[in-house]
Amino acid sequence: MARSISYREAINEALAQEMERDPAVVVLGEDNAGGAGAPGEDDAWGGVLGVTKGLYHRFPDRVLDTPISESAFIGAAVGAATRGLRPVAELMFIDFMGVCFDQIFNQAAKFRYMFGGKAVTPVVIRAMYGAGLRAAAQHSQAMYPVFTSVPGLKVVLPSSAYEAKGLMIQAIRDDDPVIFCEHKAMYDTVGEVPQESYTIPFGEANVVREGGDATVVALGRMVSVAEEAADELAQAGVQCEIVDPRTTSPLDADTILESVEQTGRLVVVDEAGPRCGLAADISALVAREAFGALQAPIGTVTAPHTPVPFSPSLEDLYIPDAQQVAAAVKSVVDWKR
Amino acid sequence: MHDKALLRAYRTMRTIREFEERLHSEFATGDIPGFVHLYAGEEASATGVCAHLDDHRDTIASTHRGHGHCIAKNVDVKAMMAEIYGRTTGSCHGKGGSMHIADLSKGMLGANGIVGGGPPLICGAALAAKLRGEGGVAVAFFGDGGSNQGTTLESLNLATVWNLPAVFIAENNGYAEATAATWSVGGGSIAARAAAFGMPGRTVDGFDFFAVHEAAAEAVERARNGGGPTLIEVQLTRYYGHFEGDQQTYRAGEVQQARNELDCLKRFRDRVTGDGTLTAAQLDQIDAEVARLIDDAVAEAKAAPLPTRADLETDVYIQY
Repeated sequence: MARSISYREAINEALAQEMERDPAVVVLGEDNAGGAGAPGEDDAWGGVLGVTKGLYHRFPDRVLDTPISESAFIGAAVGAATRGLRPVAELMFIDFMGVCFDQIFNQAAKFRYMFGGKAVTPVVIRAMYGAGLRAAAQHSQAMYPVFTSVPGLKVVLPSSAYEAKGLMIQAIRDDDPVIFCEHKAMYDTVGEVPQESYTIPFGEANVVREGGDATVVALGRMVSVAEEAADELAQAGVQCEIVDPRTTSPLDADTILESVEQTGRLVVVDEAGPRCGLAADISALVAREAFGALQAPIGTVTAPHTPVPFSPSLEDLYIPDAQQVAAAVKSVVDWKR
Repeated sequence: MHDKALLRAYRTMRTIREFEERLHSEFATGDIPGFVHLYAGEEASATGVCAHLDDHRDTIASTHRGHGHCIAKNVDVKAMMAEIYGRTTGSCHGKGGSMHIADLSKGMLGANGIVGGGPPLICGAALAAKLRGEGGVAVAFFGDGGSNQGTTLESLNLATVWNLPAVFIAENNGYAEATAATWSVGGGSIAARAAAFGMPGRTVDGFDFFAVHEAAAEAVERARNGGGPTLIEVQLTRYYGHFEGDQQTYRAGEVQQARNELDCLKRFRDRVTGDGTLTAAQLDQIDAEVARLIDDAVAEAKAAPLPTRADLETDVYIQY
């Protein structure tokens, strides 16, 4: 039965249902149990933005607070995964990858290959990304392109509450290391979510809306931005086909290419920057594999190649918005040689 | 210790020595690709610690100088040699090499090319063991170089905070690459750092198998019984350079003295034959058997097939 719950509640429900189902699932991270050792109430926080709240009381042995030691506890999650647990570790802000990246890209990602196919490392690393909360340059980045570039990692970008639950359950059951990127500005976004457990497979894009004039590939929170732009464009008679890849690794190239074969035009919308990101990556894919179908140059809408600024006036300019997306679509639709 | 355990320990130490001495000479021929970091001289450490561990429930993580830890944790010696030669019959099918030999079925979570890479992983292995409740322990080996990495210091803290069944073995061979531990280890003692993390810390003579064995027994026992982590600094000397090809111009002749006066195999032999526990003939027989094993390992490795294009893109993921 579906009911409306938030993106935050959807992730929490996925964690709870998987912990119920599988005793190997453990949750750990800073304040995930709610502030161990502190004199006030326990389960006070459930992580800094409350995603794990309530889990500690239900599973007291399997929800662990950690010191602020990302290298140690992300590494511990990786090590525990090789020894039979299915840890879900919270990195908190994805920007903190900088203090523990070795454990992710040199250890977890490479074990399977480096050990000749004999390691199984089913770890999920949850991390908040994205701008919009005035959190400034070290708490707002969209770092998933870096993870996407690492062989051995899977990278998930849920774009709604429904997607978040199904993709989280898949992430926990998946035997490879998964980076689960939660947009912090979406935690209170509400959507229809089935109460029962379900999975959404990795590497299968969702065609959010069909349309024949242009393909818009949008990632994470940018899916809703693209939808807003598409509503506006529809009033002007331009029909967008919106593709949400759901996972950047694996990437469902087939769905993107099939859509561009139909529409002949592509705009990629990404909250990450323009260099070595998904916009550049997907543009290159389409230029390489569907060049003959293209009727206009590929458009991209990304954040600028800058750190995320603090001042609200600047941050609002930094984040791609529906007007920019609509303008980019118009530009490719109106393009003439 | 029983005779059987003593013979087993001697065989392990002799196997490590023979394996490393042979790699030293084979490397000089140019047949071995890449970087090789030899453990010769340090055998008593891996052997004395791993003597207390079993394959099924206990895990170790190692370093770039990992061959000795692998052998002491019962990784197949022939598969190791084949791995170092980059062959499909290797422990990792030729995809890992000397710095990444692993065998999870033996609780060997890998040599590691990253200094300080292992201790966080061992916290996780210890957490898994603790939740499983079968008395398993996890042991992180690292060097004097690794003792200065933040990952190691964070892991010492986490192991105390979570009360993990973990043992931290700092193998202080005097040099982080070419830099002296006397210079790079602030405070001068790795073992003394344990006190700051609320765990026992002690220093042992790494040339003395029995000293390592006894110190590790106490630490492993403590971990198995829920008493939490221990840090042991094992002081030893590596007989070769940081890597093969290292001219070691930063050293001052201490290796020959160590080989002559301190060598762990000689000391072991002197002690067990001197007190009549074992005979020289028993040990000589092990020496001969090990020499044959290593001869065979090298010959088989050299004859084994190299991986091909079909292997290049496999085993990146489990599910694609």
